[in-house]
Amino acid sequence: MALRWCRRCLRVLWLAALVLLWVRPAAADDRIVLWHAYRGEEEAALSRALAKFAEAARARGEPVSISTLAIPYDAFSSKINAAVPLGDGPHLFIDSHERLGDYRKREVVAAVGDALEPGAFLPAALEAVTLDGQAFAVPLNLKSLALYVNTDLAAPPATFEEIVSASFGEGIYPLAYEAMNPYAHAPLLHAFGGRMVQDDDAFGMVGPKAEASVAFAKSLLDAGVVPSDADGALVTNLFRSGKAAFAMSGPWLASDLEGAVPYEVVPLPRLAQTGETLAPFLTVEAVMLSPKGAESVSARALARHLASFDVARRRQRDARIPSARLDVPATDALISAFAAQATTAIPMPTSAAMRSTWEPARRAMRKVLRGQVEPGPALEEAEHRFEDVRRPPPPPASPWPAALLSAFALLGALVWVRRARRAAHGPSIRQSMHAYRYLAHAVLAVGVLVILPLSVGAGTSLFAGPSTDMHYVGAGNFIEILTARGGPLLGTGSFYLVLLVTILWTVVNVAFHLGIGLAVGLLLSRPLLKMKAVYRVLLIIPWAVPNYVTALAWKGMFHRQFGAVTGVIHALNDLLGTSMEPISWFAQFSTAFTANVATNVWLGFPFMMVVTIGALTSVPKDVLEAAEVDGASRWQRLTKVTLPLIRPTLMPAVTLGAIWTFNMFNVVFLVSGGDPDGTTDILVSEAYRWAFTREAQYGYAAAYAVLIFVLLFFGTKVLDRWKARWSGSGRGETSE
Amino acid sequence: MVGKRPGGDERMNRTSTLESALVHIMLVGAVLFALYPVLWVVALALSGTPSPEPSALPIPAEPTLEHFEAVTTASRTDADGQSIWLFGRQLLNSLIVASATAAVGVLVAIPAAYALARFEFAGKQVGVRSLLATQMFPAVASAIPLYLVLDAVGLLNSRTGLVLCYASTSVPFAIFQLRAAFESIPIDLEEAAMVDGATQFQAFVRVVLPVARPAIAVTTLFAFMSAYNEFILAATFLDDEAMFTLPVMLQRFIGEYDAQWEKFAAGAIIVSIPVMALFYYVQRHLVAGLASGGVKG
Repeated sequence: MALRWCRRCLRVLWLAALVLLWVRPAAADDRIVLWHAYRGEEEAALSRALAKFAEAARARGEPVSISTLAIPYDAFSSKINAAVPLGDGPHLFIDSHERLGDYRKREVVAAVGDALEPGAFLPAALEAVTLDGQAFAVPLNLKSLALYVNTDLAAPPATFEEIVSASFGEGIYPLAYEAMNPYAHAPLLHAFGGRMVQDDDAFGMVGPKAEASVAFAKSLLDAGVVPSDADGALVTNLFRSGKAAFAMSGPWLASDLEGAVPYEVVPLPRLAQTGETLAPFLTVEAVMLSPKGAESVSARALARHLASFDVARRRQRDARIPSARLDVPATDALISAFAAQATTAIPMPTSAAMRSTWEPARRAMRKVLRGQVEPGPALEEAEHRFEDVRRPPPPPASPWPAALLSAFALLGALVWVRRARRAAHGPSIRQSMHAYRYLAHAVLAVGVLVILPLSVGAGTSLFAGPSTDMHYVGAGNFIEILTARGGPLLGTGSFYLVLLVTILWTVVNVAFHLGIGLAVGLLLSRPLLKMKAVYRVLLIIPWAVPNYVTALAWKGMFHRQFGAVTGVIHALNDLLGTSMEPISWFAQFSTAFTANVATNVWLGFPFMMVVTIGALTSVPKDVLEAAEVDGASRWQRLTKVTLPLIRPTLMPAVTLGAIWTFNMFNVVFLVSGGDPDGTTDILVSEAYRWAFTREAQYGYAAAYAVLIFVLLFFGTKVLDRWKARWSGSGRGETSE
Repeated sequence: MVGKRPGGDERMNRTSTLESALVHIMLVGAVLFALYPVLWVVALALSGTPSPEPSALPIPAEPTLEHFEAVTTASRTDADGQSIWLFGRQLLNSLIVASATAAVGVLVAIPAAYALARFEFAGKQVGVRSLLATQMFPAVASAIPLYLVLDAVGLLNSRTGLVLCYASTSVPFAIFQLRAAFESIPIDLEEAAMVDGATQFQAFVRVVLPVARPAIAVTTLFAFMSAYNEFILAATFLDDEAMFTLPVMLQRFIGEYDAQWEKFAAGAIIVSIPVMALFYYVQRHLVAGLASGGVKG
């Protein structure tokens, strides 16, 4: 029977392999590939434009086939950066112009040449896509913030102060915008004469002007003019439901407003106290060509087509975002308002420095607006953080010491192996041959697809610099990490502080996992319990639902304004007559950490529960009965018999659980996202930030990964030692 | 699970009723804790409008099925006029990739786990330690090298490439699981078979594997689940919507600037259903397997 079962398995495997080979797509090289991040109406408009291009080409007798791929905005640039340098990826892609500087440095874009129609575009848009006198993209649309006015409640203001001083009654905010987001704060910053980044790529949001703008934003929050903790969804929600008279937002807000409230859009007003206009950042959405696309005549023709008059006019009409062309007239009030705003907006700088300003600036804004720090020190800290990220890579080091060291290590290993064999320590290679036959394919699979990539990844930790031009720096990355980049050893974001948080995180989580898992597992293993199967299925659900889904669900539950936890607090207040305030969960370390732990405990306890149930089934009944006959109390039976018996089965699960928790990226990243101020980040999420958001310093991130590995490796060794000591002393009791 | 009620004594009966009530209360509390966030996801998926006020109970505002409809009917028309039902394709991709991963991963792990459980051989300690070590290295560091490996063998943007990556990353954990299971099976069973003239391999296939079926089923489930839920590698390696797996599709709904939470929630529920069904099935299997008494010995 078993053989039959085995054969059936093999058949399934073959079938699966066949299906996989059979369904593989035929490689087609004559296609033009286009990547974009559009959804909904914009995506539909794009595919109509593409269909038209294909039709015209067919009519000419030169058929082309175009394939498109929609990629989430957050994943867009990392995917481009991974695919294009290898010659994969698209011929054309549509992205925001501010990424051009980075793209050009990595050589994933090329000059567009004849794809750009001369004299057709707004000068500001053209300027935005031009680097060193050459156009690297073809402009499509203009996006910026502008002022939405709820016309039931207010009229367009002449100055910003008019919004601030107006009052609209109970529960209505005068203005809704994402005060903590530096992109939304930029208009105010500019009105105070500040800048995000200086001409020489130095951090700009520092000094008296920037401080004044941040202090002004704080005063808006304190006066209740602007909602605190507002994200994009809250802004939409408040304006949509008539609970905000004005909103500072982009064209994307309009699509969520259809029929909800009467509104109009106007350019941002002047700030009377400085006399300057609030100037938002201008983003030019543009078609870019990869090097392979720039060589293709039809790809260039397609880029030109997408920016042509006909297509641009249609796109403006359907997607309701102003076109970057001079000759496309604004057809309705919304478009002309955004078009008017575009003329005063400041094109977002394309330098890599610009992108590195966001994270420090956002953290500083949050700290100030939550009243934790004064603007001055907060912005100075932001500048320091910015310089931390932008610091030059460690100097190149000679590879000889490392080469010598590894040669010695290899030699040492060889000597050790020979000596071990001579001492007949364990079976010889010859005697092990039959075991190797069982192991070969596992070794091959794990070796090639797990250990090799990990070793290559670990190897990168010895390199630094931009990914196109990395140089060997020896232990440079490690030295920087371990010396906290010259800052205080226990300052925020330093390796040691993050390590402490990570250890706390692991210990607390594993303790809860084990505690709850054991308790529930013991309850579920009671022989007379009814509805056992039902309970078990329901309790396993947290484990069965993908963890990124539930992490986001928990984050939503902890939302201060809309979260279920706030709902529970309100309900308790009604019930008990108390007056507990809703908590800003992510404003303090203690509450943010608690939120993360709650999520992760919820995710992890079912695993321990199942392991416990499994372990308990192997506890022999007669031992328990014997203990009962001997007069052991229930507690004694649990602690003296059951727990020692299941400990050997539980320990590996605890070790593995601890390793997983130590590296539990999803929960930390999705729930608190490191808030407040990066204090709840653990080592893995810190490594992730260096790899993907802080100018892609892979070597630095890899050094973090190696340090994590070393810590876990020796940590588990120590645990093993303890385990051996415990089971050594416990063996007497457990033997039957 | 049929037991004789320890009856007779009136007093003892009462305490045990009280006690079982207490146990049920505790379990119901745990169940509420487990289900609350899930119910919120369900409520969100059914809501017609975002609810403006926070509430303690997960009740959908203006219930509607439109989000489920929008997610499941997603399709695309190619340039050559062919219409592709994207959601169907993606569901199929997810199921194929996850099943193939589970099959390949577990079949690779079974003999290796058996060797680790039963044989002594040179390099065993090193092997076990390096298996554990693979679990310690954060995956953040290996995504880009893996991309290069797959590119070198021309398996980017293919299900085969994904299955290879997922299967090999699931092997170490599967080996741990199965090794423990094999170790708990008394060696007398194999020895008896070998006395009857079977080779060690025959004894392994005919005697050990059937007894270890529950453990194999659970290991398969884990491998399936990890592949089914993974999205970082899938999002990096796949370049065609018709090749996407469901988690990659879900990711599109939650951009930084405008998140379509209701659709995300609806999609999340649909994505979770196959895994939950499988969990339900395997756990019955597990109970049955354990109850048969083969494992205890």
